[in-house]
Amino acid sequence: MVTATAEAAEAAARAAAERVTDPELPMLTLADLGVLRGVSVDGDTVEVAITPTYSGCPAMTEMSRALAAALAEAGFADVRVRVELSPAWSTDWISPRGRRALAEHGISPPGPAPRRSGPVPLTLGPPRRTVHCPQCGSDRAELVSEFGATACRALYRCTACTEPFEHVKEL
Amino acid sequence: MTDHDNAYAGLLGDADPHWAFGTGFTDPLAGVDPAIPSEVDRADLAAYCLMLGDDALVLAQRLSHWCSRAPDLEEDIALANVALDLLGQARLLLARAAVVDPSVLPPSAQPPEDALAYLRPPERFRNVLLVEGVDVDFADAVVRLLLFSVHRLAVLDRLTGSSDAVLAAVAAKGVKEVAYHRDHAARWVVTLGRGTDESRRRLLAALDRLWPLVPELTAAHPVERRVAAAGAGVDPSTVEGAAGAVLAEVFAAAGVDRPTAAALGAGDGRDGRHTSALAEMLAEMQEVARAHPEGTW
Repeated sequence: MVTATAEAAEAAARAAAERVTDPELPMLTLADLGVLRGVSVDGDTVEVAITPTYSGCPAMTEMSRALAAALAEAGFADVRVRVELSPAWSTDWISPRGRRALAEHGISPPGPAPRRSGPVPLTLGPPRRTVHCPQCGSDRAELVSEFGATACRALYRCTACTEPFEHVKEL
Repeated sequence: MTDHDNAYAGLLGDADPHWAFGTGFTDPLAGVDPAIPSEVDRADLAAYCLMLGDDALVLAQRLSHWCSRAPDLEEDIALANVALDLLGQARLLLARAAVVDPSVLPPSAQPPEDALAYLRPPERFRNVLLVEGVDVDFADAVVRLLLFSVHRLAVLDRLTGSSDAVLAAVAAKGVKEVAYHRDHAARWVVTLGRGTDESRRRLLAALDRLWPLVPELTAAHPVERRVAAAGAGVDPSTVEGAAGAVLAEVFAAAGVDRPTAAALGAGDGRDGRHTSALAEMLAEMQEVARAHPEGTW
């Protein structure tokens, strides 16, 4: 039977884990990014499940450490961080609050992730997506590069206000 | 306490180990269910993971070379990003190989993925020859990436149905990443093909050089055939049609004919028979790890 204390402990652990921010996109919590997949408490042990955004995401170790530190501060000494590979992370998991935080910090949030049936279609032209400049709001933006400072971001330039900006690629 | 007079002191704190062999990286499969499907032979499955992992690892290392040497800064970053994705796939696949059959590991106290990357001799690498060649020029890099990613994408797409839950999950992530790589390489092929006389000449030369290595990508090795028959892998010969159709689309857009250069014969990379290019690459890649096992700094 789940006692009120166990429920309170789980809520406290969840709250602590949900406050941890992403090392590359510090305006987002791991929860807002959709990387935090679950928090459970069993006795004195907290198990946290996280999933990588990209296979090569170099921030996984940093995320694990930050989660362990935040939970230690909340009184949980025994923390196990588990990697959850399936289902694969999708930008559709970025919360509405996360999308607002990205835009407020000058990063264009992703559109809906591509859906398909059959083979992955080849796209030879610039990717078709609607992107709004986070500085001036114009939709007149041109792609500079599909690969930005991190794997998850593309580089754009607004042709209205001429400012460069980053866009989180749909994945 | 922080030693403010020594800028390097902070790098050695126990609480925050910075990169070195065997430290700072957590197991990429930490907490992932290690269950292995019962129908497949463990040695075969581990060898299969090494084949997919080594392809990614070796090409990642080759692509990294372009960072600071590409035509522009954006392309430096793009190819480094592609390399990072492939390195991530390699970490998962090498770690999986070690879980499935620990006998693939060289004797070492290092984490399995490091031991496999840094301590195997060339003859124990199972990558195809296409990924180990040295790029003659940027057209070479673009064509190599196109040929590789067209085939890898088709294989990974089918591998999402693997009876091995870890391989299926690695494939599902990989499909999304390699789709970006393939399209990026394809756009460059079109750009070079429809660019100047010089860019077109270099593109055609690269296609002639690398085309003979393509048959190895769809030649099923007995391990691949057995793992596929057991439901855990993909027989690469089954993607030949799909990959050929995508390449035909790219060639048409670039205004080039499908190359006709003859195959180099049956590929040997899967069995560990490589060109000297791999030995030279590994000598550099493994030098520090071999000289300073478990070094920290």
